[in-house]
Amino acid sequence: MARYGMVIDTRKCVGCQDCVVACKTENNVPEGYNRDWIVTESFGKFPEINMEIRTERCHHCSETPCVSCCPTGASHIHDVGGVVLVTHEMCIGCKACVEACPYDARFIHPDGYADKCTFCIHRVEKGENPACVEVCPTYCMYFGDLDDPNSEVRKLLNSRKYHTLIPDAGTQPNIYYLV
Amino acid sequence: MHEIFTTRNNPHVDPFMTMWGWEIPVYLFLGGMVAGMMIIAGYFLFSGRHKESNCSCFSIPFTSFILLSLGMLALFLDLAHKLYVWRLYTTFQITSPMSWGAWILILVYPALIANILIRPPFWMTQRFPKLSEIAGKLQAHPFFIKNIGILNMILGMMLGAYTGVLLSSMGSRPLWNTSLLWVLFLVSGLSAAAAYVHLIAKNKAESELLAKADNGFLIVELFIFVMLFLGLMSSARPHLEAAQLLLTGIYASVFWVFVIGLGIVIPLGLQLLAVNHKIKHTPIAPIMVIVGGLILRFIIVSAGQYSHWFNAHFK
Repeated sequence: MARYGMVIDTRKCVGCQDCVVACKTENNVPEGYNRDWIVTESFGKFPEINMEIRTERCHHCSETPCVSCCPTGASHIHDVGGVVLVTHEMCIGCKACVEACPYDARFIHPDGYADKCTFCIHRVEKGENPACVEVCPTYCMYFGDLDDPNSEVRKLLNSRKYHTLIPDAGTQPNIYYLV
Repeated sequence: MHEIFTTRNNPHVDPFMTMWGWEIPVYLFLGGMVAGMMIIAGYFLFSGRHKESNCSCFSIPFTSFILLSLGMLALFLDLAHKLYVWRLYTTFQITSPMSWGAWILILVYPALIANILIRPPFWMTQRFPKLSEIAGKLQAHPFFIKNIGILNMILGMMLGAYTGVLLSSMGSRPLWNTSLLWVLFLVSGLSAAAAYVHLIAKNKAESELLAKADNGFLIVELFIFVMLFLGLMSSARPHLEAAQLLLTGIYASVFWVFVIGLGIVIPLGLQLLAVNHKIKHTPIAPIMVIVGGLILRFIIVSAGQYSHWFNAHFK
């Protein structure tokens, strides 16, 4: 089975928020809410200061606390690519999944259900890239099957240094950041 | 230096999590207290104390029923997708503590009703005379009464433990992520229930017994706090920082004054003096214990949401 993931080149990302706008437009994300966002992290000691700009979203983890805590099964792992999704009409809005996510990637949609990035599964199933990947002007985002040794994402991970976010939380995230 | 800047600003998620408001701590408190009341009422039935005509085990189940229903109302109010609440009961998700809790609550109600039926309140038997017949039949069989007692104790334990497991299963929130939380909530629920029964008991020996039991629960609760903090402080840095939130951080003043001071140490002192006949029993001590239990749930829910793996973000 495929395991969809993203590889994001932090050396190319300029934080332009095109991915954020594309996601909001593609998925009708309500005003004041974000399924993806930009993080700018500065670290080091003067004069050796470093900065990393990265685009973040749900990590579609392999170990999913948001799915295992869901009392109705609304939060589930999709058959295609292990993408983590929420069935809106099964969600009771108990917010347990929002609390269970160490990345704070979920929110409660104004209509009452838990919402988050879907990897634009409606596009991916048609063979297209997620909207955020499609619009990136610096081509810093790559989407594909992490289990396929010939995929671009796997080749990048084999050739470059990378990190994931909060690996200690044990969720095995499927978004990788090239450094 | 280490600075992090995010463009995300989702309501109740940023700048820090406040997704669960007053409803969840109120439910956790009422659920915990009802759990304690079921254990105490169950023990009274099991040990034969119900033979005394003024045993408080006959008023506790009805009060428990009301309090638990209020707790469930709070839980319902917390839901963002209220019309879909029935979805809880079309499935059982074995890995979800909330699913376990929903089904435990379904089992708790029949146990409470069975306990009420042993001796229903006067107004109930007046309106429904058939209830007196059922009560008579139940009272004629000590076997039934003993088993209803055992059932109430077991389901009370499950309910009390679940209120803690609901939070402690969240690996994402370091303060909650301790396996001692369910023990803390169970003992705190027992302590609030003992304080309540001590407050309302008409039987003097019973009131004295519950005051002594409450002192025991309060001492155990203090011990659990020590163990809980030792565990968190010897764990990873996010856990250490979570413990510091309560011990020296932004929640410290409320924690030390209202939970430890006014909620445990002072009422424990007053009740120790009272059970040793140095002073008279005062209703102030049990009221302080009950209010302390409520504030404990508020602090744990709020500080738990505030605690985060954020440090691990920093490479």
